[in-house]
Amino acid sequence: MNVVVLLKQVPDTESLIEINAAADGIKAENLKWIMNPYDELAVEEAIRIREKRASGKVTVLSFGPERATTAIRTALAMGADEGVLINDPALGKTDPMLTAKVLAAALKTLPFDLVVAGQRAVDDDSYSVPSAVAEYLGIPMIGMVVRQEINAGTIRCEQSLQDGTAVVEADLPALLTTQRGLNQPRYASLPNIMKAKKKPLETRNLAAIGLDAAQFGPGALKTRILSLAFPPQRKVCKMIPGETAEEKSARLVQALHEEAGVL
Amino acid sequence: MPNGILVVTEYADERFRRSAYEVVSEGRRLANQLNTPLSAVVLGSDVLAAAAELKHYGADRVLVCDAPELRDFDSDRFTSILFDIVTTRQPRIVLFSASIRDKQLATRLAAKLDAGLAMECTGLALEGEKLIATRSMYGSKLIARVAIEGSPQIAVLRPNVFPAATVESAGDVERVEFKPADARVRLIEKKPSASKLDLTEADVVVSGGRGMGGPDFSVLERLAGLLGGAIGATRSAVDEGWRPHADQVGQTGKVVSPKLYVACGISGAVQHMAGMGLSGCIVAINTDPDAPIFRYADYGIIGSLFDLVPAITQEIERRREVK
Ligand SMILES: Cc1cc2nc3c(=O)[nH]c(=O)nc-3n(C[C@H](O)[C@H](O)[C@H](O)COP(=O)(O)OP(=O)(O)OC[C@H]3O[C@@H](n4cnc5c(N)ncnc54)[C@H](O)[C@@H]3O)c2cc1C
Ligand SMILES: Nc1ncnc2c1ncn2[C@@H]1O[C@H](COP(=O)(O)O)[C@@H](O)[C@H]1O
Repeated sequence: MNVVVLLKQVPDTESLIEINAAADGIKAENLKWIMNPYDELAVEEAIRIREKRASGKVTVLSFGPERATTAIRTALAMGADEGVLINDPALGKTDPMLTAKVLAAALKTLPFDLVVAGQRAVDDDSYSVPSAVAEYLGIPMIGMVVRQEINAGTIRCEQSLQDGTAVVEADLPALLTTQRGLNQPRYASLPNIMKAKKKPLETRNLAAIGLDAAQFGPGALKTRILSLAFPPQRKVCKMIPGETAEEKSARLVQALHEEAGVL
Repeated sequence: MPNGILVVTEYADERFRRSAYEVVSEGRRLANQLNTPLSAVVLGSDVLAAAAELKHYGADRVLVCDAPELRDFDSDRFTSILFDIVTTRQPRIVLFSASIRDKQLATRLAAKLDAGLAMECTGLALEGEKLIATRSMYGSKLIARVAIEGSPQIAVLRPNVFPAATVESAGDVERVEFKPADARVRLIEKKPSASKLDLTEADVVVSGGRGMGGPDFSVLERLAGLLGGAIGATRSAVDEGWRPHADQVGQTGKVVSPKLYVACGISGAVQHMAGMGLSGCIVAINTDPDAPIFRYADYGIIGSLFDLVPAITQEIERRREVK
């Protein structure tokens, strides 16, 4: 059973995000980078699948700049077996659809029975890459999984829906995305962090996965960020005065009625 | 030459989602600007009668695929039907609402068509022929203006942001034949949640954090019940096992934009704000006058939620009785 995890490195959710001079991207300097939180769940689940069967391997696949190797190493320290980074100097800006094309092409060069991805990356919040990868590969996709079980060639999952959950089943190979509740990701122990340094981590360019870099220029983008801005500042918070809970509540409800018009 | 606007609506459990009306209304607004026809698509079982309702939101034509095998959502089946509809009718713009299901559907359709897509849009504008979307990124820390390239242009709208507006249209309902594709993901069992109202569609969200001190959310439930709202929670409250994961609001939970968000016993971490910062009006109730939540809220009350929430509930009830 071979599992590939799609892993994205994103800015730490606590970081201060700054807009670049052209206002079409963020300043990459001075940021702390982490593994996308949903991808931690994906790495953990993949490792558990391998541990249960004591066979096969977990490959972590990321498309991104050189610095993304740090996130891959973290996954290796958690227990993944190998890492592959797709990085090509010829590539400029990307978008989710382009990313999915690159990842799908890379997956075609890797053996897998299951692909595990996060439901969304907390930087672009695009919720798109996994569905598009599944579409490009022509494999079934099960979104927002909170529980899974594999039995001879089929995977059964419980998934979050808008109004509850559903239990569904598909034949492998398939792709699933993670939802919180699936597992509690482990921390990498110090000895495992040391061991991870010796695990294979390979960087490949587009040609190595059968893609022509010339077709990935700016013209290939399907969505283009025209500008970035900070959201409008909220008005200063009105603190509701009063001696008792009743007094404060009466003032609040009145304000919600008369000023805010929301009740 | 692509022409017209197509909106995909979601029909589940014998009703349209509220967001279906929002997405049709936004489609109407754009169709008026482009002077182009608006079609709405409904996929489901026994939906023919209900489908006519979309005419009241301005659809010129309602396209209906009605068959028992469309009762439950199936990503493969729905994608292939939409792909056929889009390739035969060639709309220039396709709109969806950002439910769990339609985010997947829209993405698969975009991949199949090699089209551009903007997810979780909070605003749409036309610049000449081009659809420009506004969407938040980096956990609501930034707002991006995004050009959607290619054809059709696909935009997926965040629920509860675009207004639904009734306008009469002399539209017709057309039954569309389709080839049923194989479903590769087999549905074994559905487990509906206790509450029918989804957090992302609720006008009012009353949320509790670690300040709740335990799994008893009854004071919040009473207020939410009175206002027809839904209950949300912070990750801390979810991690404690006080609330289900589906209730989590934030960067690794749901993103909501209700008219009123009441944060009770919530400190206001950036990861929580990422999920509710775009709410219309934010009320914060916290014992700590220095809690960061007061920097983002519109109204703040210092005090214990266990005193204040019941008092607020009572005050609203009292006012309603007077009326
Ligand atoms: C990668 C990552 C992702 C995350 N994603 C999310 C997410 O999606 N959503 C999320 O919410 N968090 C998320 N977090 C966690 C976040 O950083 C905070 O830890 C969390 O939001 C804090 O929850 P809280 O406000 O309930 O708890 P606390 O920060 O402990 O705050 C509790 C508050 O309750 C107040 N209080 C106590 N008693 C009372 C009382 N009786 N009446 C009124 N007030 C009272 C206290 O003064 C305090 O301000 C994430 C963190 C990380 C690292
Ligand atoms: N550049 C990337 N490299 C590897 N995986 C990615 C990349 N971008 C997105 N993903 C995967 O797709 C998921 C959803 O990302 P997104 O569609 O960008 O919100 C992530 O959680 C990852 O599992």
